[in-house]
Amino acid sequence: MSREDVLVTTQWAEENLDTPGVVFAEVDEDTTAYDGGHIRGAVKIDWKTELQDPVRRDFVDKAGFEALLSQKGISNDDLVVLYGGNNNWFAAYAYWYFKLYGHDKVKLLDGGRKKWELDGRELNADEVKREATNYVAKEPDTKIRAFRDEVVDAIGTKNLVDVRSPDEFSGKLLAPAHLPQESAQRAGHIPTALNVPWAKTANEDGTFKTAEELKELYNEAGLDTSKATIAYCRIGERSSHTWFALHELIGLEDVKNYDGSWTEYGSLVGVPIETGAK
Amino acid sequence: MSADGCGAPVQTATPADVDTQGQVVVAGKVTGSDGPLGGAYVRLLNGDGDFAGEVQASPEGDFRFYAAPGAWTVRALHRAGNGEASVTAEGPGLHQLTIAVA
Repeated sequence: MSREDVLVTTQWAEENLDTPGVVFAEVDEDTTAYDGGHIRGAVKIDWKTELQDPVRRDFVDKAGFEALLSQKGISNDDLVVLYGGNNNWFAAYAYWYFKLYGHDKVKLLDGGRKKWELDGRELNADEVKREATNYVAKEPDTKIRAFRDEVVDAIGTKNLVDVRSPDEFSGKLLAPAHLPQESAQRAGHIPTALNVPWAKTANEDGTFKTAEELKELYNEAGLDTSKATIAYCRIGERSSHTWFALHELIGLEDVKNYDGSWTEYGSLVGVPIETGAK
Repeated sequence: MSADGCGAPVQTATPADVDTQGQVVVAGKVTGSDGPLGGAYVRLLNGDGDFAGEVQASPEGDFRFYAAPGAWTVRALHRAGNGEASVTAEGPGLHQLTIAVA
């Protein structure tokens, strides 16, 4: 798999805004930015209200995903280009969903909204209306999703990659530094996990590093590529970004995202936890 | 505990007399050639230069981080240019800085 198979550049995106069969979608947790201005023609996907189950802690099921994409005017044959703020975290999470539900024609806009803005490219606030479709999803592909028991079993046997910042990994902080710190959960990390913060996989402008740079990064961190790998963070979106780097850019075959992540693991009774830096 | 996201919240100004509730708050403003500059991507880097967080400054150039004690560099990226400033936070409280972008 090459970079061009999974990423498009901002230049390509600008040249293909009107290409039939290409649908742009902005994905974020807080969609205020979209409402203020978005890539022309891009539909909005709200990570919180549209991709998450409103009651249980889980994401939308197959029927929910089908209804959402149908309503957004996305067809099974469309090439979907996802982008967003927060260095594409939520767009990467959505990308992982699209793959999970069997939509293969999906790419990320390299650098996301940040790169688009830093390039000085046009944003507009026009309402986007696409005709509804009849989208059909496949059964979820759990080969790319890890659940808690598998994560506990992976201690000491598989690669565990903690993609949070060093201060969250060591237990000094409980959340990223742009959020107020919580106090109700245990701090630390899963024993044997490597700490490779997601930010090390990206350049300052939000674009992904090259596959060669990524291989070197994980090699230096001690990732054993002969083993299966599970990535986690706090709620699973930063680790989707790393899942993308490991599975889609480096091309490692057995990589799962643990979307329960630290908010689940750090609240389990009796599981081992380590603190301190590595 | 909330399972809500880790996304950066919309930024607002931090009053100088804000009650930081025991947290280490690193906050300030991005300025350009004509005063406050909105919309810059503001990155918090620790003493080793490692990334710790990123927000997008408000239309008035405001940003805010919740950090740990230590030396921090805050770097702003904007289509008009980049800039950075440093601060050492010895403990809880508000640590202010201004970043000039050129």
